[in-house]
Amino acid sequence: MSTFTRIAAAWALVLVTLAAPASEALKAGVFDPPRSAPDFSLAGSNGHELKISQYRGKIVLLAFGFTSCTEVCPITLNTFAVTRRKLGVAAADVQVVYVTVDPARDVPARLAKYLGSFDPTFIGGTGTEAQLAAVRKNYGVSAEKKVVGNDYAYAHSSFTYLIDRNGRIRALMPYGHSPDDYAHDLAILLKE
Amino acid sequence: MRVRSLTLLGITAGIAVVLTCIGIVPIQAGARDEIFEIPKGTWARRMSGDKVEILPDHIRLTLGLRDVLVLRNHDDVPQIFGPTLMMPGQSFRLPFERAAEYQFACTAHASGQMTITVDPTPATPWARLLWRARELLHSHG
Repeated sequence: MSTFTRIAAAWALVLVTLAAPASEALKAGVFDPPRSAPDFSLAGSNGHELKISQYRGKIVLLAFGFTSCTEVCPITLNTFAVTRRKLGVAAADVQVVYVTVDPARDVPARLAKYLGSFDPTFIGGTGTEAQLAAVRKNYGVSAEKKVVGNDYAYAHSSFTYLIDRNGRIRALMPYGHSPDDYAHDLAILLKE
Repeated sequence: MRVRSLTLLGITAGIAVVLTCIGIVPIQAGARDEIFEIPKGTWARRMSGDKVEILPDHIRLTLGLRDVLVLRNHDDVPQIFGPTLMMPGQSFRLPFERAAEYQFACTAHASGQMTITVDPTPATPWARLLWRARELLHSHG
C-alpha cells in the first residue's frame, strides 16, 4: 500500500468516524457477549484457502447463499457493493465473505465470476457438503434443498453476520436492510 | 321506563367518554424490549421428550413503543433461538426501525419460519385504544 493510499484511508476513516452517530447503537441485532467467529477452511474463489481468521484486523460481512439464487443473494450482494462504495477508501478495511450452500454448482471459478460482477474484492468459499454443513452448524445457518421441476434451489438463512476486527461475531443484520444501514454500522465498527 | 333509558344512556355515554379519553391520551413509551428467554434446563427437558415452546412463530411489535426484540439463552448449551444461534449466557438485541412484516428462517418452528410484524406507532385515538387493549390482554397472559 502506498503512502498516499495510507493517508487517504486514514482520512476516510476519520470522515466515516465523524459521520457515525453519537449514540453508537447498531441497526443490526447485537450479541452480548460477542463470541469468536468459528474458523473454517474452505476453497476460496480466489484460488487460495479461505479461512475466516485470515481477516483479523478487518470487518467481515459474512453471508451464506448460492449463485443461482434469484431472490435474496443478488439483493444482499448488491447492498454490500453499494455499501463499500459509500465507505470510500475505508472500504479497504471491510471484507465480504460469501459461503455457498450449493457446492455441486458453486465451484471456485463460478463463485469468482458471480461475485466479481458485484465487486471484485468479494471472496467466496466452497467445499464438500460435509465441510459446508459443519460451517453452517457452527454459525446457526439453515439451508434446505428444494426441487423445482428439473432444477433445484435452496431456502437458506438470509442474514449477514458482522464480524469485528478481533474476529468476534458482533451483530446479525437481517435481510432487507439498506446500504445506509450497513454503512452506519460499519462506521461504528471501523472506528473501534 | 324513561329513567331506565336515561340511566342506560348515561352509562353508555360514560363508557364512551372513558374510551375516548383512553384513546386521546398519548402512550408513554417505557421499556421498548420484547423479551423472550430460554430458561436453564430447557435442553434437558427437550431431551426428555417435553415439547418446550418459548418463541411463538408470530411476534407482534409496535414501532416506537415496543420495537426491540430481545432473546436470551440462560441454558447450559448453545441453542438456535429465533433467527440465530446463541451461546449459553448470550443475549441478542434486535431493534426495528420500520413498520413491516419480517420473515426469518427458524428451524425451531415446525413451519421453519418465524414472522415478526412491526405495526406503525398508533397515531389515532382508535389505534391507541386498540394498542392499550392488546397490551392489557398481553400482560394478563
